[in-house]
Amino acid sequence: MGSRRLLFLVPLAVFAIVAAIAAYYLSSGRDPRLLPSALIDKPAPVFAAADLAVGETIVAKGFSSAFFKDRITVLNFFASWCAPCLVEHPQITALSKVRGVTLVGINYKNKPDEAAAWLARHGNPYARIGVDPTGDLAPEFGLYGVPETFLIGPRSRIRLKHVGPITISVLKDKFLPAIEALKQ
Amino acid sequence: MRRWNVLPLLILALFFVVASLPFRAHAIEPGEALEDAGLEARARDIGRQLRCLVCQNQSIDDSDAPLARDLRRLVRKRLVAGDTDRDAIAYIHARYGDFVLLRPPVDERTWLLWFGPAAALFVTLLFLLWRLRRPRAISPVEALSVEDAARADVLLGDGGDEP
Repeated sequence: MGSRRLLFLVPLAVFAIVAAIAAYYLSSGRDPRLLPSALIDKPAPVFAAADLAVGETIVAKGFSSAFFKDRITVLNFFASWCAPCLVEHPQITALSKVRGVTLVGINYKNKPDEAAAWLARHGNPYARIGVDPTGDLAPEFGLYGVPETFLIGPRSRIRLKHVGPITISVLKDKFLPAIEALKQ
Repeated sequence: MRRWNVLPLLILALFFVVASLPFRAHAIEPGEALEDAGLEARARDIGRQLRCLVCQNQSIDDSDAPLARDLRRLVRKRLVAGDTDRDAIAYIHARYGDFVLLRPPVDERTWLLWFGPAAALFVTLLFLLWRLRRPRAISPVEALSVEDAARADVLLGDGGDEP
């Protein structure tokens, strides 16, 4: 009779196990919406992005995937209509000043004159800016939206991808250590 | 009187039939579709298998989101370039990861997802079989005592409507 009675504890035990697993994942601080990018450690896609130009005036020269080859590059997708891009702009500017790092931008689905006005107003930290007026280039990088930032190492390897604005903690805890690791 | 009642019932039935029709809204915009009907049909089929990543579990075929439109255009571009359906899906899978596939791939990380329900059902059936096949001790029925019989007589007696 004793073992029979223990059988009633089975649902409780199952519940305890499920609760323990749930508690582990809830308290681990992992954001389940953050997905590992499929592109990490893969070479950057091949592309050529045209200059950011208003009429005949070139605001910034464009670039192609060949640009990534022998340097450490931070590639930032941005647009003047994108509010989080303004939020991360100081951090992006800080990244452009990191020794040994080249910052380039892709101006995403943006009118060139609006992009130029935005850069004139908030400062242009980008060494090069290519345009993606139609959103054709973005899916090559698995882009969800703007802002999105990639760290690309030598031999065009994608080392890091960040979706959303780069906050000060993302800059300090994610990008700067990864850049240091790449320099070694 | 009976005939008079049929009409609202019919209307109600018609309502449920219409409401349950597989109605699908497509987000394809004019000018987006390929001229080649065969290619377009393939693109639509692929679009139904890919998740719009910024939507609530809609396919890119169903969604109005700009990202979904860009992915639909990319699928068509790949098909025009000569990709097979499998190539086109692999192209997007390589860039957006497993999440873009509405049907998750079967690999060691998704075994629990794919086979877990069947395994749970199997284990439950085994348990049930074990329980049902086990011979059960039948407790002997005691004869009705005189007091109980008298009480039953009162309760079941001919009066019938007393509490």
